[in-house]
Amino acid sequence: MQGLHTHFRTRAGVVKAVDGISFDIAPGASLGIVGESGSGKTVTSLSIMRLVEPPGFVAAGRILFQGRDIIGMSEREIRGIRGSEICLVFQDPMSALNPVYTVGTQVAEALLAHQDLSRAAARERVIELFRLVGIPAPERRVDEYPHRLSGGMRQRVTIAMALANEPRLLILDEPTTALDVTIQAQILDLVRGLRQRVNTAVLLITHDIGVVTELCEQVIVMYGGRIMERGNVAQVTADPKHPYTMGLLASMPTRAIRGQRLAAIGGVVPNALRMPPGCPFQPRCPQAMDVCGTDPGLRDPGDGRRVACWLY
Amino acid sequence: MSNADPADDVLLELRNLRTWYPAGLGVLGRDTEWIKAVDDVSFTIRRGETFGLVGESGCGKTTLGRSILRLERPRSGEVIFEREDVLSMPPGRLKQVRRDMQAIFQDPHGSLDPRMKVRDLIAEGLVVQGKMRRDERDARVTELVDVVGLRREHLDRYPHEFSGGQRQRIGIARALALRPKFVVADEPVSALDLSVQSQVLNLLSDLQVEFGLTYLFIAHDLSVVEYISDRVGVMYLGRIVELASAEALYDDPRMPYTQALLSAIPGSEQATGRKRIILSGDVPSPLNPPSGCPFRTRCWLAQDICREIVPPLREVKTDHFAACHFADEI
Repeated sequence: MQGLHTHFRTRAGVVKAVDGISFDIAPGASLGIVGESGSGKTVTSLSIMRLVEPPGFVAAGRILFQGRDIIGMSEREIRGIRGSEICLVFQDPMSALNPVYTVGTQVAEALLAHQDLSRAAARERVIELFRLVGIPAPERRVDEYPHRLSGGMRQRVTIAMALANEPRLLILDEPTTALDVTIQAQILDLVRGLRQRVNTAVLLITHDIGVVTELCEQVIVMYGGRIMERGNVAQVTADPKHPYTMGLLASMPTRAIRGQRLAAIGGVVPNALRMPPGCPFQPRCPQAMDVCGTDPGLRDPGDGRRVACWLY
Repeated sequence: MSNADPADDVLLELRNLRTWYPAGLGVLGRDTEWIKAVDDVSFTIRRGETFGLVGESGCGKTTLGRSILRLERPRSGEVIFEREDVLSMPPGRLKQVRRDMQAIFQDPHGSLDPRMKVRDLIAEGLVVQGKMRRDERDARVTELVDVVGLRREHLDRYPHEFSGGQRQRIGIARALALRPKFVVADEPVSALDLSVQSQVLNLLSDLQVEFGLTYLFIAHDLSVVEYISDRVGVMYLGRIVELASAEALYDDPRMPYTQALLSAIPGSEQATGRKRIILSGDVPSPLNPPSGCPFRTRCWLAQDICREIVPPLREVKTDHFAACHFADEI
């Protein structure tokens, strides 16, 4: 991804949901994007899938997938990639499942759209996929309708659907946010196991940095449509460099600070129509300086990571 | 106040509380099937403490909170608030007692009438309870706006003009208007971003000290509950399965379900070095719960006895209660 800008035209003006971000994912690698609401993380994933709808549009930038620019592709070309080479799993599995078809039929459709298979062979393959994602009694579950399954089981179905065509890139957008913590642990365990068996790259979008530590090697912290910090997960969580990352990690309630006040980040996320010039975090930043009114770009604090802050 | 009577330390006591919903009728209207959302729950909440209630969706924690406030009709049991049973109170007395028991809900958007201005939203309880002159009421509303960290110019705006965190502050001001003693906070921060969540948690702590509040803090987020609570109860399929001080419960859980729950917190393996326990299967339907221990179908320690006998919530260490036949061994 090179300099992606995804904007939304509104009556009140242009919202720069994604405001110039660049990153890359190697084959088989795993990258987490962490951010709060309005950070632009979901619009980033939708841009990769070319699922941004008007009034949203990609204003600038390139998204190269195996060397080809997704932004410039025809609708036909992108359809050939979407659902086969790049797949997206959403937070709410019901939004990806059609309530009037059995789950088996739906996963089979995903297969048949991109592969030349007989119906019977597709059904066999679906049962295999269900077994792979840990759905018990898959021979019977294929004939169930989505509403008959629990939230965790539905999410397994959408993961099976996403894996049906062995994608090169799997995007998980808050895959466990709607799930209970014990079910979340099952799903994260499942994705970890799948990554070892199927060599797919994973882009995980989440608000929960804990989930990133479970699944990813690299992490990007987004705020106000921009990358604030990028580095390996252990480095960033143990020793955050950007004041926003520091604030975010310090806001997490933990046992170590029981009885003490949480280090809340003051203020609120600025109005998307009136982002401050320069660093978007500057109005809430405890270390803001005059120079923060200009864009710091991504800087190297000396350990190989990238931090969008004038402190470095 | 004299400390002679230990009952003075108890603000609220639940005795064998059961809230069941009919889920269909059997033959001739007999043999009704029941969803046992809250099933035989007993515990006390001490004056001035934060009692955390955790559990996964459908475990009955929200129904329990609502039953205490009599927003649900429990089938049996008692809710003793300051030595009076809320469930058997006549309506007039209930209206008086409701001043002392308030609620903060998860979705501040859904619980605030979009057609009402902030001023009227905060004053609503004062109006319903009456007895206050208009100027007194206005003064109280202004005071509340200051207390929860909103600005006075916000008073004449509507809920949709506010962010999630600010709406939750409005919800808190509403709950505090009648100077309650006890507040049920049901997922008060789970709809909020992390940076805003910490502001609201700090506010709740400040208000507790300032007004001597007692909280029942209901949440699914185990880290938030550990941080904010003095004591914690864990619910599973309508029952309290473990109850202890936050330290004891998180350091030394004695019920396998609690162990699995705590081990499932993302990042906890790295943080605590405790091995992750991946439970198989889903929570059973509350309509058709397992016999004996409700957790036995997912428990890796289950024996025959677990199928036959419901393990009572018993004291395994001082002030540490667990509902497991093997709580002493694990």
